[in-house]
Amino acid sequence: MTSLLETRGLTMRFGGLTAVDDCNLGIREGELFGLIGPNGAGKTTVFNMLTGVYTPSQGSVSFAGRDLRGLGPVRVARLGVSRTFQNIRLFDELSVLENAMTGAHQHAHCRLFDSLLRTGRHHREEARQREIAYRLLAFLGLEDRAGLPARSLPYGHRRKLEIARALATQPRLLCLDEPAAGMNSGEKAELAGLIRRIRDELKVTVLLIEHDMRLVLGICERIQVLDYGKTIALGTPREVQQDRKVIEAYLGAEA
Amino acid sequence: MLPLLETSDLATRLLQQCANGVAKGSVYALVAVGYTRVYGVLQLINFAHSDVYMLGAYFSYYPAKWLGYMPEGAEKPKVPFYVLGLAFLFAVSACAATGMLIERLAYRPLRNASRLSALITAIGVSILLQNVGQMVFGADPKSFPRYMDQESVALGPIAVADTSLVIIVVAAAMVGALHLFVQRTRTGAAMRACSHDMRTAGLMGVNVNATVSLTFALGSAMAAVGGMLIAMDQPRLTPTMGLLAGLKAFVAAVLGGIGSIPGAALGGLLLGVAESMVGAWNTTYADAVAFVVLVVVLLVKPSGILGKSGREKV
Amino acid sequence: MLRALGILCLGLAGAFGLHLVVSNAVPPYPALIVNMCGISIILAISLNVINGLTGQFSLGHAGFMAIGAYVSAYFTTTLRYFDPDAARYISEAPLFDGLWGFPPALLAGGIAAALAGLIVGIPTLRLKGDYLAIATLGFGEIVSILLSNFRAVGGTKGLTSIPGYADTFWIYGSAATCLILTGFLQRSTFGRALIAVRENELAAEVMGINAARMKITAFVYGAFFAGVAGGLFGHLMLTISPANFGYMKSVEVVVMLVLGGLGSSTGAVVGALILTVLPEALRDVERQVELSGFRMALYALLLVVMMLFRPQGIFGQRELSLKLLRRLLPSRDKPGRQP
Ligand SMILES: Nc1ncnc2c1ncn2[C@@H]1O[C@H](COP(=O)(O)OP(=O)(O)OP(=O)(O)O)[C@@H](O)[C@H]1O
Ligand SMILES: [Mg+2]
Repeated sequence: MTSLLETRGLTMRFGGLTAVDDCNLGIREGELFGLIGPNGAGKTTVFNMLTGVYTPSQGSVSFAGRDLRGLGPVRVARLGVSRTFQNIRLFDELSVLENAMTGAHQHAHCRLFDSLLRTGRHHREEARQREIAYRLLAFLGLEDRAGLPARSLPYGHRRKLEIARALATQPRLLCLDEPAAGMNSGEKAELAGLIRRIRDELKVTVLLIEHDMRLVLGICERIQVLDYGKTIALGTPREVQQDRKVIEAYLGAEA
Repeated sequence: MLPLLETSDLATRLLQQCANGVAKGSVYALVAVGYTRVYGVLQLINFAHSDVYMLGAYFSYYPAKWLGYMPEGAEKPKVPFYVLGLAFLFAVSACAATGMLIERLAYRPLRNASRLSALITAIGVSILLQNVGQMVFGADPKSFPRYMDQESVALGPIAVADTSLVIIVVAAAMVGALHLFVQRTRTGAAMRACSHDMRTAGLMGVNVNATVSLTFALGSAMAAVGGMLIAMDQPRLTPTMGLLAGLKAFVAAVLGGIGSIPGAALGGLLLGVAESMVGAWNTTYADAVAFVVLVVVLLVKPSGILGKSGREKV
Repeated sequence: MLRALGILCLGLAGAFGLHLVVSNAVPPYPALIVNMCGISIILAISLNVINGLTGQFSLGHAGFMAIGAYVSAYFTTTLRYFDPDAARYISEAPLFDGLWGFPPALLAGGIAAALAGLIVGIPTLRLKGDYLAIATLGFGEIVSILLSNFRAVGGTKGLTSIPGYADTFWIYGSAATCLILTGFLQRSTFGRALIAVRENELAAEVMGINAARMKITAFVYGAFFAGVAGGLFGHLMLTISPANFGYMKSVEVVVMLVLGGLGSSTGAVVGALILTVLPEALRDVERQVELSGFRMALYALLLVVMMLFRPQGIFGQRELSLKLLRRLLPSRDKPGRQP
């Protein structure tokens, strides 16, 4: 199997701080891959580089054979990489449905002119986006909230809506940044099932950052561990769990 | 011989424009420090700052007018130096109080609101001051009484008006003093802490409200000095005189690097000189220089000459 | 599409009806105020697309208006200006003559303003919030400085004897078109994209929405209608000068938006109506108390008080939902409606 996403020597420096140091990732098509590490290990920074939010100080990112370096978030998104945010970034004043629909905007088949004159193309596009959005809201169990403003959603639903919106871009790779943060154990179990179904039913490769070990170890096929920006382990949940360096990193972080 | 003469003539003219520009730029610098400090702390363009500058001009004008006397045979009244001192004290304290009042009444209630709300409020306060100024002072231009012989001082090949020299010296002293205050005193350290991170500063025991008030007071006092100096130099006071000057001073602050006092001084001087150079060619286009500079700075180096660049954390 | 054209025709018919009423039954001074209201409505709706929907804080709307006013007046006016080099008056015949020359002239004004919007829009991509406000303010000032220096359009004196083509029909026809098209824009994928950029630019980009492009689109769209409003203004007032399009004019439009509720087109309409009629009423008060500046001071006080006590404006971001409007504009999805 070839890698869908591959990074080589990915490095990010903020002034004197090296947040990510020489990170090599290789994520296969259809995989459920976990990226873990203590607070401040550089996980979110990796996501930011993968999705074009930051330009890496060094190293390369290639996705489905294309070099993503320097493309910027818009073009990366259009190539099929989508993500959620650790600190939720919904469009608060839009409705839940409209939030999901914005994900489908990038594939719109209509131009401004069509929308201003309400041509057939405009109506077809609206129908298409609504269809996608409803399907994903239903998938995540949010369909009965479709008309509410996003700002009125409770926390757990906000995280799910972010996932729905990201999926509406019809990505090949979905990057989830701590989707279970702030959820109770029941919600977490449900989320674990959802993530699996995203991969199995929607055929989207998933890259998951998560602090909740049960969740990560339970659903990921392979896990890479970062500490202070450096990769300290890579392997199956079992291998990672038994890795001495990983145990030290986590114990060290807790001590 | 002739070409050489022409070159030296051009050089003299450029030098002369430079000197005029430095005087103009000193006033921008005085106003810019207020913008830069307030922006540093609240991330707010205090639009009303330009009108505090206008008030400074008027607050110094009235004492000077009332306490001045008409020398025999002269056309304009003249003021002795002690009156200037009084006018200075009055303008500075009145403006500092106004600045604090504006902050207390209009900005503090919005400190946790969106930045847009604060910006709109600032614009509102600015227009309010301008128009209240028009109601109280009248729209007709006022003219500051004479306080010096208003002669030129020869400095090598160029001639500098004595009033310009006063501006440069006073502005340099004030900005220098403010810089030392912010860098060297405990209160100054609190101000720096607030502009670094207001919440953390509050948690560390800095009295944030008092510090913000002080920031406004000091900035407004500086603007008042600027207003008084410009009133003495170019005797044409109008209630809207702050608008353009304030915008330019803000551009100076951005050019130098927002948040930095030396940056504001440098930006003010550079802008003043650039304007004078362009003004020598066409006076109306001089007013456009600031905006061109603004756009160029923001496109090329948004953090300004002396500013630190930051990146939004995601 | 047919329905859209139908709605537009309905708007124009409404404008014509209003025109008949105003031209036959309303005395000149109130009629002028009615017409001014129409122009304010266009200005407010178009600025709302930039400031309200897209969240870009522009303070340069008067600049776009000026460009539209000058360009369209240039096309319909016999220009007479004094050329000091030739030491005589130069006269040029109008490019478009007669009433039917008016729509192309208006359109030209709108297009010129839209081009300016494009030019202003590009540097604004790097500017956020307050910086953008200052930069657009600077743009407005530069426009008036350039116009004051441009002899062919009368310098500081401006253009005079512009033909009075702008009647209630043209003004309200344009206003209705602007309102309807903007309503369509809001309720489309582009409207959602604009709001997404406003709400969270980074998230919008990560969703593949080209924020830069959306911002420029908003500027071009808003500037176009500001230009049209400027053209109408010139052909209503019959003289224009750079002083008509200063910073205060831009601020006035901003106040209209804030009063109605940033982000709401119908709010913009209400704000425009209130703030066009109210100052006219206050003009008499101002004359009586003999204090110049009183009117603008009250404006400013209103702005500050609004921000302190009701920052969301009269309507917030909601649209005025009269039953009539509901039926005219396709309604938003109600909760639970399945595809
Ligand atoms: N924009 C930035 N500027 C400066 N430093 C940054 C920036 N973004 C991240 N950092 C620093 O880089 C390091 C890694 O941050 P990152 O957010 O990637 O960690 P993380 O692994 O996601 O941690 P957490 O589990 O807390 O989310 C941290 O020390 C952080 O302070
Ligand atoms: Mg993180």
